[in-house]
Amino acid sequence: MSKSSNNRYNGDDIWKNNTEKINSELFTLTYGSIVSQLCRDFNHNYHEVNNQLDKMGYNIGLRLIEEFLAKTGVGRCSTFKETVEVISKLGFKIFLNITPQIENWSSDNKSCSLILPDPNPLTEFVELPNLKDAEILKELWYSQILCGVLRGALQMVQLDVDVNFVKDTLRGDDKTEIRLKLNKFLKDEVPAGED
Amino acid sequence: MKVYSIYILNKAGGLIYQNDVNPGLNRLTANDYLVLAGTLHGVHAIASRLTPALNGRDTTNPTESHSNKNAAILSTGKVQDANSNKSGLQSIETDLFNLYIFQTLTGIKFILVTSPNPVVHNLQQINRELTNRGELSKQYDQANEVFKHLYIVYSDYVMKDPFYSLDMPIKSSLFDMKVKEII
Repeated sequence: MSKSSNNRYNGDDIWKNNTEKINSELFTLTYGSIVSQLCRDFNHNYHEVNNQLDKMGYNIGLRLIEEFLAKTGVGRCSTFKETVEVISKLGFKIFLNITPQIENWSSDNKSCSLILPDPNPLTEFVELPNLKDAEILKELWYSQILCGVLRGALQMVQLDVDVNFVKDTLRGDDKTEIRLKLNKFLKDEVPAGED
Repeated sequence: MKVYSIYILNKAGGLIYQNDVNPGLNRLTANDYLVLAGTLHGVHAIASRLTPALNGRDTTNPTESHSNKNAAILSTGKVQDANSNKSGLQSIETDLFNLYIFQTLTGIKFILVTSPNPVVHNLQQINRELTNRGELSKQYDQANEVFKHLYIVYSDYVMKDPFYSLDMPIKSSLFDMKVKEII
């Protein structure tokens, strides 16, 4: 895992003391069985599987944000740059114990990429069965649930964001990359009382 | 500080949880609780418009203070206060009760009704000013401590209940139990 030294301790304190931990294998295997079951349920229609995973993640995100705020006390971010930094160094750190790299900022500072470190905790034991089923390599985004989580969580703090995978090492790409794009900050929906 | 009641409001001002922790209280009718919640929600919003000193001072300041707070979390990994209620109604203090409001970034309000500030006796009149202020901020800090735990318990036992639907009334005996443990 490549982490620059000055932010090595980011989120460590909260991660050590305030979060419950489970065996990561249990987590990886549970997620794996959900994805494979979905593939069977939807007759290997991988677009639909992606949708379902995204929807599941979205519903998780809507709720997860409360725990994140309660356990970190993060305030409203003034720029999207700051938001992404908090997501990477606190959010991913607390919930998955990884710190994705932030890259590829667009010139208007509204979209960027999160590069998940290898191994991605969701895909530790995964090998896509590409010999049996060639479609799966082209269509399934195995960790799509993460996109849904980010989208749901950000929506609760009034950020309308598009999140999707553009690369995945499972498909033979050189890295695993999530693309985030800020559509809108829903200013009217910010609760009264913030300054 | 004795806690009398706890209310939780969703972001639209609807009452989703109400717990009269102190059994000696007179009960209101179910409808009155809803009205009370709605009123507080409205007054809180109006109050945020009535804080010219804070809003007029410097518009760049508030965001800066947020960024400082976030930067502090990022660099030290220490938990900070999750209360985002900066310009709205924060507390009401009367001779009979105190009321405190805590708001999260997502717009959920936690409301605490507690016993009033302790009375300062004549004997201490010399130090009255000092003692009073000490007690006031002490009770305020205590309330904030309760809020912090309340929010964590809420995020665990309400948000993680798979059968709870967002923004709906909370009917969870497990949550009730955890709330009692805090107080």
